[in-house]
Amino acid sequence: MSKSNRKNGLNRRHFLASAAAATTAVSALSAPTVLAEGRPRVVVVGGGAGGATAARYIAKDSEGAVDVTLVEPSRAYYTCFFSNLYIGGFREWVSIGHSYGALAANHGVNVVHDWAVSVDRDARSVGLAGGGSLAYDRLILSPGIDFRAGSVPGWDLSQQNRMPHAYKAGSQTQLLRAQIEAMPEGGTYCMVAPPNPFRCPPGPYERISMVAHVLKQSNPTAKIIIVDPKEKFSKQGLFEDGWQRHYPGMVERIGPDFGGDKVEVRPEAMEVVVDGEAMKVDVCNVIPAQQAGGIAAAAGITNEAGWAPIVPATMQSRADENIHVLGDAAHQGDMPKSGFSANSQAKVCAMAVRGALTGSSVFPPRFSNTCWSLIGTDDGVKVGASYEATDEKIAKTDGFISQTGEGAELRKATYEESLGWYAGITADMFS
Amino acid sequence: MTAPSTASANGLRSTSPAARGRSRTAGLAACLASGLLALGLLLVLPAAGAGSDDAGRGKALFGQCKRCHQVGGGAAHRIGPHLNDVFGRTAGSLADYRYSQAMREAGAGGLIWAGATLDAFLSDPHTFVPHTRMSFDGMEGADDRAALLAWLRGFSGDHSDPSPAEPTATPEEYGLDPHILAIQGDREYGAYLAGECTTCHRTDGADEGIPSITGWPLDDFVIALQAYKHGKRVHPVMQMVTGRLSDEEIAALAAHFHRAEDDP
Repeated sequence: MSKSNRKNGLNRRHFLASAAAATTAVSALSAPTVLAEGRPRVVVVGGGAGGATAARYIAKDSEGAVDVTLVEPSRAYYTCFFSNLYIGGFREWVSIGHSYGALAANHGVNVVHDWAVSVDRDARSVGLAGGGSLAYDRLILSPGIDFRAGSVPGWDLSQQNRMPHAYKAGSQTQLLRAQIEAMPEGGTYCMVAPPNPFRCPPGPYERISMVAHVLKQSNPTAKIIIVDPKEKFSKQGLFEDGWQRHYPGMVERIGPDFGGDKVEVRPEAMEVVVDGEAMKVDVCNVIPAQQAGGIAAAAGITNEAGWAPIVPATMQSRADENIHVLGDAAHQGDMPKSGFSANSQAKVCAMAVRGALTGSSVFPPRFSNTCWSLIGTDDGVKVGASYEATDEKIAKTDGFISQTGEGAELRKATYEESLGWYAGITADMFS
Repeated sequence: MTAPSTASANGLRSTSPAARGRSRTAGLAACLASGLLALGLLLVLPAAGAGSDDAGRGKALFGQCKRCHQVGGGAAHRIGPHLNDVFGRTAGSLADYRYSQAMREAGAGGLIWAGATLDAFLSDPHTFVPHTRMSFDGMEGADDRAALLAWLRGFSGDHSDPSPAEPTATPEEYGLDPHILAIQGDREYGAYLAGECTTCHRTDGADEGIPSITGWPLDDFVIALQAYKHGKRVHPVMQMVTGRLSDEEIAALAAHFHRAEDDP
């Protein structure tokens, strides 16, 4: 009998269908390890780089001693990282899709495909859109981002098919690629870039590179305009150098000095208005300002800016020690909001949660991140850093960045390394 | 008499992270080669058809291989299998070395190492045996491959008096304190620390753009990470990650990854 079968042979935890039942369970909680259920319960909300990793590591490393439930609405998860490479034609759509089957089969994670819509922090239970609720000893929220209403005047979710964000991978990504392919000859693609902080700092600019790569082949007289509220952006020198080399004259960026911070859109007319001046565009990719995924606010653990402050050493919410927050949703300090960061934070969190619930060893936390970006064929760059937990924040300790003028072989090797990283991190999340 | 100092860097087709690390030590490999030449150890080597210049070149080119492979008297498996009697060997056939599934299947399919098959493999390992775990992108020059294989041929067949095996990367090469190699790693701590590695390196040993690091001999693992830590091997991510690893932490990781495939 395999290890996974043994795990599955254990009594599965049941759903607590009512708040009353949840309260009964919680009242016995003075010592988590002597719960009537026998096993401490962890509920993870969100099955991306943070949540899937945390669920996997807690279930795997506790060898069945912790009951892990993962709540994620999507049955097939498409990674935001590498979705730009799909837009650029470097990846097939199916190659960035993943299922949760192995988490259930190999590690005994209870995968619930539903939306978490509420958190009762006193009762320690999570309400689901489908009507049920899940009791927890520790709750891990890794909900990613949502968009701030009104941040780009004229745009809201009802307009996302006319002006896609494509900043949560899925149908939006496929829609944007189809719109780019359908652009008229010599047409204009416009990106409204987000203000800081936002998911994947190099992401909008890697996307520009991928759109330029596609248009250079299929529509070489097309124009690309970035309307950007930020003075500067991630890997700026590397991207601008790459655009000059690969796509000369194709990309124009309107920064805040030329009104990039005063933008509105008119989806019906396909117009972008910059500092009062309207321009007609053919594709408009609006990436609005962002905040933590809605469940974090519903749990009442977000700050005024809409992010969830955490304790760096354990990723626990500053507002509730029974809740941990991972990835993009967390207000943590110096780490960029990236899949790599979320995966790194998840392992620190998993260790802390296991330690608290089962008494397993707790080691000093450490965090790291690397972000690879593709500028053109075989032209990859990267930026990375290591971090430590201070009382105040996750603080950067060391870092590196690719340099302009690097040889073609090094850039190709960097790209190939990113392919290896993708295979590695997705195995670390889903296998 | 000196070995050509540029040989080991110039034959590389592309610069994988591992290969870039190697090229940095080309000078060291050449120095080591010339040192051994001075001792006369190469005199027993050349096989039929290989002149002594070619043999010297082949030996110097082996500098790219010897971080993972040993050959000669007492050669043992290290990161890669030993290469004594590799000519005539069925691919993936040594019972006491843990091959990739791809290599075992290639052998089961009838691949036998000979001049032509080794030449094709060395030219482009990942095309010739897809999913091989060998972290090497290939040796481009046909002359270089011929020189290397001619030298290697001397370790197959009758080698009743072989020269001693060259070590894989040695502590001395990096000025590494022997006490560091003696540290017993804490596997439980290593398992936690490994989380920082497995975002990129796969625990199943797959090698696709990023090298496999599972199942390595403990010493080789420690030497490699210490080399990154002290800037003797060059790769920005690896230098950053190892920069804050203590000697005990490196030993812990070595202990963990040594057995990671048995106990994932």
